[in-house]
Amino acid sequence: MNTTPMDAESLLPDGLFAGLAEPAPGTLERLHARLAAAAADRQLIDVSYRTVDSPLGTLLLAATERGLVRVAFAVEGHDAVLQALADKLGPRILQAPVRLDRTARELEEYFAGTRRSFDVPLDFALSRGFRLSVLEHLPHIAYGSTESYADVAKAAGSPKAVRAVGSACATNPLPVVVPCHRVVRSDGSFGGYLGGPEAKRALLALEAA
Amino acid sequence: MGKPPFERVVSIHGAVVLRVCRAVLGAHDAEDAWSETFLSALKAYPELPEDAKVHAWLVTIAHRKAIDILRARQRRALPMDELPPRESPLGIPGGGHPEVLDAVGQLPPKQRQAVAYHYLAGLPYKDVSELLGVTPEAARRAGADGVKALRAALAKPSAPASKGASR
Repeated sequence: MNTTPMDAESLLPDGLFAGLAEPAPGTLERLHARLAAAAADRQLIDVSYRTVDSPLGTLLLAATERGLVRVAFAVEGHDAVLQALADKLGPRILQAPVRLDRTARELEEYFAGTRRSFDVPLDFALSRGFRLSVLEHLPHIAYGSTESYADVAKAAGSPKAVRAVGSACATNPLPVVVPCHRVVRSDGSFGGYLGGPEAKRALLALEAA
Repeated sequence: MGKPPFERVVSIHGAVVLRVCRAVLGAHDAEDAWSETFLSALKAYPELPEDAKVHAWLVTIAHRKAIDILRARQRRALPMDELPPRESPLGIPGGGHPEVLDAVGQLPPKQRQAVAYHYLAGLPYKDVSELLGVTPEAARRAGADGVKALRAALAKPSAPASKGASR
């Protein structure tokens, strides 16, 4: 798709381009906020998103009208994550901080140690089948405790599917909020994590404090 | 990989569309036109062909929205798709070089549009001619005449923007 405008400046003589090109500072930002609000009112947005700073780096939060649909670490590449959301859920994606204010606030409280569970609506549209069963079980693992992959396999109804639990956790579209970091290996070692082993270690340390 | 998220469309083309709306409508109405344009574009985005020229598509929508806005604000009914001369050439203060916007507002509508769509949005005259419903030659002439008139207007002593030194 062609998204590159021509270089208009080179076509227009003298100071004309400069004279026409400069709206008051902040105009585009204000118009963007107005667009996001009007689009949300008319239910034209497939996915809204914002970013938040956290001890684990910048997190991308994305939501549909049904609820939070994706939390992504910076190491995943936020542009790539947004493109994947466009492909799977629809391309009408806008940065719309307001819709994610509550999630951002709850995450802030969580990282400050004053919140132990999340109560924002979740949209599991990116997960199916057994992986979905695994993710639905994870919020039942209490804050500060852990389960083994085998425990989770059993709880999700397929005791032999230990590896599948591993891949369900590794592809959890809602890390931190859906606590896949509370699933560890039977020998007590951490196991893999989408945000990197350090992130998993940090979350478990936070919850142990 | 499919279409990019619409946010990218806004961030890449938002400034160009605002520039075009300001030239065609003046600073104040430009903001309504910009909002209406992107809202319509957002609605239609899933159906846009993947190989479409996005900026030409947006300028086409902006052109229609500008006409809608002018019609809605005119007391008198306008029977055709031609823009009337602007009644109040200037809107919001604080935007860059008001004298340039003012000079553009004084152009006949076809010249104003040709300048906006060709010089500011970068559309080829073939596309401009389709938007304006004239021949490519007429579109080219309108653009050239418009720029000539602007040069003349801005060369007057009261128009300091003609040197372009403040960019």
